[in-house]
Amino acid sequence: MKNSLLIISFFALGVLIGRFIFLPKTIIQTDISLYALYILLLLVGIGVGSDAKTRQALKNLNIRILSVPLSVIIGTFIGASLFSIFIPGLRLKESLAIAAGFGYYSLSSILIAQISGNVLGTIALLSNLSREIITLLFAPLMVKYFGKIAPIASGGATSMDTTLPIITKFSGKEYAIIAVFNGLVLTLLVPFLITLILK
Amino acid sequence: MIVVFGFLIAGILAGFLLRRKQKLIQLADRLTTWFIYLFLLLLGISVGANQIIMNNFAKLGGQAIIISIGAVIGSLIVANLVYLLVFKKKENEE
Repeated sequence: MKNSLLIISFFALGVLIGRFIFLPKTIIQTDISLYALYILLLLVGIGVGSDAKTRQALKNLNIRILSVPLSVIIGTFIGASLFSIFIPGLRLKESLAIAAGFGYYSLSSILIAQISGNVLGTIALLSNLSREIITLLFAPLMVKYFGKIAPIASGGATSMDTTLPIITKFSGKEYAIIAVFNGLVLTLLVPFLITLILK
Repeated sequence: MIVVFGFLIAGILAGFLLRRKQKLIQLADRLTTWFIYLFLLLLGISVGANQIIMNNFAKLGGQAIIISIGAVIGSLIVANLVYLLVFKKKENEE
């Protein structure tokens, strides 16, 4: 709980700064969070590469790793279709396409905007960005109540980059390989699934 | 995406080569935690400064969040089953 509160505070503070404090345009446009992510991934890599348990996990790797992206796809589509009942303005097909972004908001919002227009594209952007943020904010609680695969599943396509550090921190470094694999499979599936659903 | 993997793989190689230097590894672990907080702060800033997100949030944010909450809850439940059936069982066997 303390971890989640700390994570939420840093994020909320950032939103307030970005919204209400005037920042020079160059700072916003260069997207420093991307550079922070690069350094972060280098640091996560060092932790993972030096960890004996990870090397053990790599040896024990087998077909069961496929169960993770598969469960994300099934869970995402069931959950999104059930919850789409609460959104009368959207068709089931549209809700499913938005959910098929699996958190990969840049690509999914561009694709959906091109196929179905800017309003749906914007919803896709907000929805997939919020999937990433929900994962970052609640990862410690997810591990506690749903097991160590939980933040990987919640992160979806982002489990290989933006949510990877928080996954290795709370699930353990031995879950890094599963997280990267899961993110990679889902990322590659995003463009196919979205076009398949909407066309 | 290639850049992301480049940094990650460079880190893994460095970590593997430095695995006997306990002090350095511990420092990297502590720095990771602080960079997670820094990353969240910066992500918050880019969300707060993004006009498209801020201007449309009142109108479309509710629908967007309902879909993502549904997707997350569905994924958590199925992942929990997979964890109990596939991963935890395996951990206990070892």
